Amino acid sequence: MRPGLSPAGLRRPGLARDVAIALTGLALLLALPMAFPAPALRDFLIYFFAYGLLAMSLNLLVGLTGLVSFGHAAYFATGAYVFGLLMQTGRVSIPVGVLAAVGGTALVALVIGAICVRLKEIYFSFITLAFQMFIHSVIVTWVSLTGGDQGLRGGIPRPPVLGLDLNDARTLYGACAVVFVLCILAMRQVSQSPFGYTLRMIRDNPARANFLGVDVTAMKLGIFVFAAAMASVGGLILALFVSGAYPEFAFWTTSGEAIFMIMLGGIKIFLGPLVGTLLLQTLNHFVTIYTEHHGLVLGTVILVIVLGLRRGLADVLFDWLQARRAPRAAGPAPGSLEAEPIGDGALKGRTV
Amino acid sequence: MLRVEHLSKSFGGVRATRDVSIDFPAGSLTAIIGPNGAGKTTFFNLISGHVRPDEGRVLFDGTDIVGLSSLEVVRRGMARAFQVASLFPSLTVREALTAAVVSHQRGSRRVFSRFPVAAAGRRADEIMDLLGLAPKADVLSANLSHGDQKLLDIGLALAMDPKVLLLDEPTAGMGPEERWRMIGKVHRLWEVTGMTMLFIEHDMDIVFKIAQTIHVLKYGAVLAQGSPDEIRRNQDVIDAYLGTDHRLSETVGEA
Repeated sequence: MRPGLSPAGLRRPGLARDVAIALTGLALLLALPMAFPAPALRDFLIYFFAYGLLAMSLNLLVGLTGLVSFGHAAYFATGAYVFGLLMQTGRVSIPVGVLAAVGGTALVALVIGAICVRLKEIYFSFITLAFQMFIHSVIVTWVSLTGGDQGLRGGIPRPPVLGLDLNDARTLYGACAVVFVLCILAMRQVSQSPFGYTLRMIRDNPARANFLGVDVTAMKLGIFVFAAAMASVGGLILALFVSGAYPEFAFWTTSGEAIFMIMLGGIKIFLGPLVGTLLLQTLNHFVTIYTEHHGLVLGTVILVIVLGLRRGLADVLFDWLQARRAPRAAGPAPGSLEAEPIGDGALKGRTV
Repeated sequence: MLRVEHLSKSFGGVRATRDVSIDFPAGSLTAIIGPNGAGKTTFFNLISGHVRPDEGRVLFDGTDIVGLSSLEVVRRGMARAFQVASLFPSLTVREALTAAVVSHQRGSRRVFSRFPVAAAGRRADEIMDLLGLAPKADVLSANLSHGDQKLLDIGLALAMDPKVLLLDEPTAGMGPEERWRMIGKVHRLWEVTGMTMLFIEHDMDIVFKIAQTIHVLKYGAVLAQGSPDEIRRNQDVIDAYLGTDHRLSETVGEA
C-alpha cells in the first residue's frame, strides 16, 4: 500500500470514467431528497450509505481477495466508537475525529490482521469472528468508557465543519453522501490498481502467486487494513447520524448482514453489494412497519434468491447483459470463430 | 549457474532424494528423467525452496540458497512451471501475464495507478508472442486448451525474467503430436533466451532429441548422467526402465 502516485497513472481513461460515474451518482443522490423531500427517504439513504460501505468493504476481502471474514463489523463498530468518544470530549473537530477514527481502526486492524491473514479458509473466518466477539465483549464490559450494553449515550456533538452546520438534516445528508461516494471511488481505484489485480491472483491461486514473487501475507494484510478503514467510515457515518454508538454494531449479526448483502447483490459487478444493501435495508425498514415477523419475511426473500437464482441480483443483470452482448458480438465478426466462447460458468466468481 | 551438492530429503521413512550432486552450467539444457516415484518433482521442490532439504547445499550463482523461502528464490532469478498447470482461472491470459510482470517489477503494492501498467503490458505482449499465445490474449485462463494452459504456466515463469527455469513435465497429459509441438517451443525458447533450463520428461524420444545432458534418477539417487548417447547405452538405465525381469526370467529358466 505504498503510495506510487504518478500523474500519468491518474490520467488513465479508466479513472476518468469512474470519476464521471461517481459524480453522476453523487448528483443523483443529492437530487433525490430534493425531488422527494420526505425526511424518511434521507434517513433511509444515510443508513444505506453506512451499511453500503460495510458491505462494499467486506467484498474487497470476500470477492476480490477470497478472504471470507465473519468479523468485519468489528471495524464498523471501532470506527463508530472511536469517533463518538473523541467527539464527546468536545475538543476535536469532525475532520480530525474522522481521521483519528479511521486511523485508529486501521491500527486495530493491522494488529488483528497480522494474526488472521496467516490462517487459511475456514480458520481465517473463525479467527476474525473470534476477534469480533472479543471487541464486542470489550464494548459491553467496559461500561465506564462505552456505556456498556446501553450504548454510547449523551449524544455526539456536531460542531460546524467549514461553515457547514451538520445539525441541519439536509447538510448532514449531503456531507454523508459526499463521503460515501469518495469511499466507493477509493475502493474502485484499489480494485482496479496493480494491487487489486495482485489480490485477484491471490484469490485464484495463492501458492502460484507466491511462486511469482508475490508476498501473499503482506498483500492480504494490506487489503485487510484498507477494508477495515473503509468499514470504519460506514460506522462513523452511522454514529454521526444516530448520535450514538451501540454494541450491536460489533455483534456477529451485523457481520452476517453484510455477508447477506454481498450474497443478495452479487460479486460479479463492482457495485453488486450495494444492490444487496439496498434490498436488505428496504426489507429492514419497510417490512417492520407492516409486521412484527420481519425476520420471517427476510428469511423467505433470502431463501428465494439463494435457492431460486443461485446468485445475487446484480449477477442476474450482469449475466443477462453478457448473454445479450454475446450473440451480437459473434454475428458480424467472421474471424471470431477461433475465439473461444466465454461461458457464464467461466465468469463465476469474477469480480469485474 | 546452479549446483547442488549432496542433497538429501526424507519423508518419514521414504528417502525421496539421496545424496544428489549435479552441476548445471550457465545456458545448459538439462533433462531429468527417471521412473515414476524416482523423486524428480521432489528434486525440483528442493531446489526451488518449496521444500527444505535435510542435508546438502543448493548453490545458485555461487550462493547457498537452502533455507530461503520460495519467494526469495524466485526473486533471485529461479522460476518454475508446474506438472499440472497452476494458473489464475478468472484472469485472462493477458491479465495473468501482466500481473506476473507487475509482481516481478515489484509493483504489486501500487494502488494509485491503473492496471494494466503500460510497461508491464508490453512485456506481457512479448511473452505472448514468444509462446504463440497472442491470439488467446483475452481468453480466460480457465477456458484455455490443455496445451495452452501449460504454455501460459511457462509464460508466468518467464515473466520473472529467470536465469534458471525449471519445467516440471512440460508435455504432461499431451498427445504425441502436441508433445512435439510443445517441446519444439520449449527448445526454441531455450535457444532464444539462452537461459539455464532444467526439465523433467517421461518421453525418451523427446529427451534424447533435445537435451544436452541427461540425469537419470531412481529411488531418489542419481543412477546415471551423461549425454543422450551415453544414457542410451547405459545398462543400469535400460534395467531401470525395462525392469530386470527379463534377466530374472533367464535365471529362473536356468534353475
